[in-house]
Amino acid sequence: MAQQKIVVVGGGLAGLMATIKVVEMGMDVDLLSLVPVKRSHSACAQGGINGALNTKGEDDSPERHFQDTIYGGDFLANQKQVWGMCETAPHIINMFDRMGVMFNRTPEGLLDLRRFGGTQHRRTAFSGATTGQQLLYALDEQVRKYEAEGKVQKFEGWDFVSAILDEDGVCRGVTGQELLSMNMRAFKGDAVIMASGGPGMIFGRSTNSLINTGAAVGKLYRQGASYANGEFIQIHPTAVPGDDKLRLMSESARGEGARVWTYKDGKPWYFLEEKYPAFGNLVPRDIATREIFDVCVNQKLGVNNENMVYLDVSHIDTDYLNVRLGGILEIYQKFMGDDPRKVPMKIFPGVHYSMGGIWVDNQQHTSIPGLFAAGECDYSQHGANRLGANSLLSAVYGGMVAGPEAVRYAKGLTESTNGLSEKIFDDQLKVDEEEISGILSMNGEENAYKLHQEMGQVMTENVTVVRENNNLKRTDEVLNDFMERYKQINIQDSLKWHNHAVSFVRGLEGMMDLAKAITQGAYLRNESRGAHYKPEFPDRNDEDWLKTTMASFDASSREPQFSYEDVDTSMITPRKRDYTGGKAGAK
Amino acid sequence: MTENGKTVHLIIKRQDGPNSESYVEEFEVNYRPSMNIVSALMEIRKNPVNKKGVETLPVQWESICLEEVCGACSLLVNGEPRQACSTLVDQLEQPIHLAPLNTFEVERDLIVDRKRMFEALMKVKAWVEIDGTQDLGPGPRLNERERQFAYELSKCMTCGLCFEACPNVNDKSTFMGPAPIAQVKLFNTHSTGKMQEPMRLDEIMKEGGITSCGNSGNCVEVCPKEVPLTKTLGYLNRDTTLYSFKRFFYDG
Repeated sequence: MAQQKIVVVGGGLAGLMATIKVVEMGMDVDLLSLVPVKRSHSACAQGGINGALNTKGEDDSPERHFQDTIYGGDFLANQKQVWGMCETAPHIINMFDRMGVMFNRTPEGLLDLRRFGGTQHRRTAFSGATTGQQLLYALDEQVRKYEAEGKVQKFEGWDFVSAILDEDGVCRGVTGQELLSMNMRAFKGDAVIMASGGPGMIFGRSTNSLINTGAAVGKLYRQGASYANGEFIQIHPTAVPGDDKLRLMSESARGEGARVWTYKDGKPWYFLEEKYPAFGNLVPRDIATREIFDVCVNQKLGVNNENMVYLDVSHIDTDYLNVRLGGILEIYQKFMGDDPRKVPMKIFPGVHYSMGGIWVDNQQHTSIPGLFAAGECDYSQHGANRLGANSLLSAVYGGMVAGPEAVRYAKGLTESTNGLSEKIFDDQLKVDEEEISGILSMNGEENAYKLHQEMGQVMTENVTVVRENNNLKRTDEVLNDFMERYKQINIQDSLKWHNHAVSFVRGLEGMMDLAKAITQGAYLRNESRGAHYKPEFPDRNDEDWLKTTMASFDASSREPQFSYEDVDTSMITPRKRDYTGGKAGAK
Repeated sequence: MTENGKTVHLIIKRQDGPNSESYVEEFEVNYRPSMNIVSALMEIRKNPVNKKGVETLPVQWESICLEEVCGACSLLVNGEPRQACSTLVDQLEQPIHLAPLNTFEVERDLIVDRKRMFEALMKVKAWVEIDGTQDLGPGPRLNERERQFAYELSKCMTCGLCFEACPNVNDKSTFMGPAPIAQVKLFNTHSTGKMQEPMRLDEIMKEGGITSCGNSGNCVEVCPKEVPLTKTLGYLNRDTTLYSFKRFFYDG
């Protein structure tokens, strides 16, 4: 049998981790990434990575981390998967430590830890306030070593186009297009690992990078992959509204003592500390977001009557701030002009993360045989709400499971991909090339970027913090209109070098379908759980809705079809989630 | 919308492909508060019409994170190498001239080919050698003071602005550039990474390595992350000198 190969799509933490694991098990990797992997969105993660190292004398343990994560996710996550992640977390942090990540240290040279939301333990390792960047660089460096040894071939600046499925529906590789030359080719693989990140751009402006379109996942959904819990979108409580994006101000600011406040009756009002005495400013994100939203939108108590409250670190020692939060304070100062060491920052909630994603089983298999998924593009770890500093962890853990599992799967194949006829690859290439010709000949009146902006506004207004069924229904109809208007796009660019409009327009189609799956999923789920909040149904309803939403694409109607799967609650019995009292996370 | 202060006037150096001739095109987009160079370019993409009112090809550029942590959006703004995302329109004189970095080959419009930077990182072995990702417990202890020094180096985004500013990076020189050389010090500072120090020093003592640095200090001036490049190259100069003595007396 010829040398088998795994194709990895996406070069953020999940894709790089999967790549390293595959190479360690003796298989080669073709790694496709839209951008140089060192510029992946993982770089934007700031505050840290969770793992119960228990070095602060606080009696922390993977069990407590597990408890906090399940409870924080409002019991929607499948528990065995989450346990696997929490149990592995200390090892993952140690691995990065060995790779040379410059984590902040204690006076005796051990990893320092800080507190994050939804827990009362210090279990977050961090590297200033640019932890994601530092972890990404560590894996980028290790993969570069394998690249030098010829075990990994990187295709940077390549856009994922389609999965290649054989006549039995088994994934045998992907097609990709190089942005520079606009050339297409097939990448054959005995298994494919998707690690293409989240879909934040569906909401227009968010804390996400411009590359987080969800386009690759949208295409896979259209090709038959199930999309799970799409309606669970995390709105980060502390983002800085900007003209082009919402810039994240890490939860670690509150972990280091930042206070959230606004004026009420002429005096500072620390509304989170007042309502949640035990957790204070470190309640989970969904809760902090709803409180800030309520203060600004319903009570009209935002700063200067605008949709903003203060995030304040000005009472903390400047040197301490610089060592522990320097990266984000510099960003704030550069973009806003004010020095947050001296004056409070002004923030408002912004779309941040998708708990939902491609459905995977306990071993990261998607519903398409031979196709695996890991990182934000899969749905598996965070239930209805993700805890801060669990995203870097879940990305790495997902890659750590998907890589070896893909190798095991490939070795067990009765027919290796190399033995297959060229026809399946040629057929998919032909379909994709026809699609591109179609896009290049679009000459209507719509501008794709304006259309995208409008879709983002509608999604942000109706499918984020507060969800009303009437609005969701209308949003779904508006999305149908957008799909019609999509056909009237004018491509406006005919060149054959770096024609980014082609890739954007191609991706926008799947983004619209994902938007429908998200919106309809939210419409159907008549309860409130984690990030999904409906005033009409303010309580969690386990009897009817302790279920995973599974959306599959129906090509004939271009509508999502929904089914529901029971959640694995075999380890912790669901109970009411309430952070107003004391030790909510503990038993 | 054309009265003073309400629009942004951009003069952009363009190129249709790697082998095409460059040309200049002017644009005028509506001004909004807190606009940066990327958001101005986004306006052109939404309405690709030049200042003369003629429909044109949308301008292509690179940008990803929009918060100065990915290193993608390097270009020349009014002749200065900058990150487009953190360059605010309010702080600039108009008209605003945009051009691709000169040091690298243009692929289209403002997009350049920076592969040589990543190749240089490969050459200098910019990684810590580990036996594998299996569970071997924690890494070595590290002095927090050393950590703070190394962290400054580890913020390098491989954006290429230091290449652009350096007089010694040009098509007549083999100089591998300030950023990749500085990374050598990062890995030599880590106590496991230090075990491969000789291999890295060997690499930067070759032609195009550290001796090609002319100490102009331009690199540190333009670095958006304030990586202490000149100071670090100074340390490495000392390290390579010591190392060559050692090599002469012990191995020679």
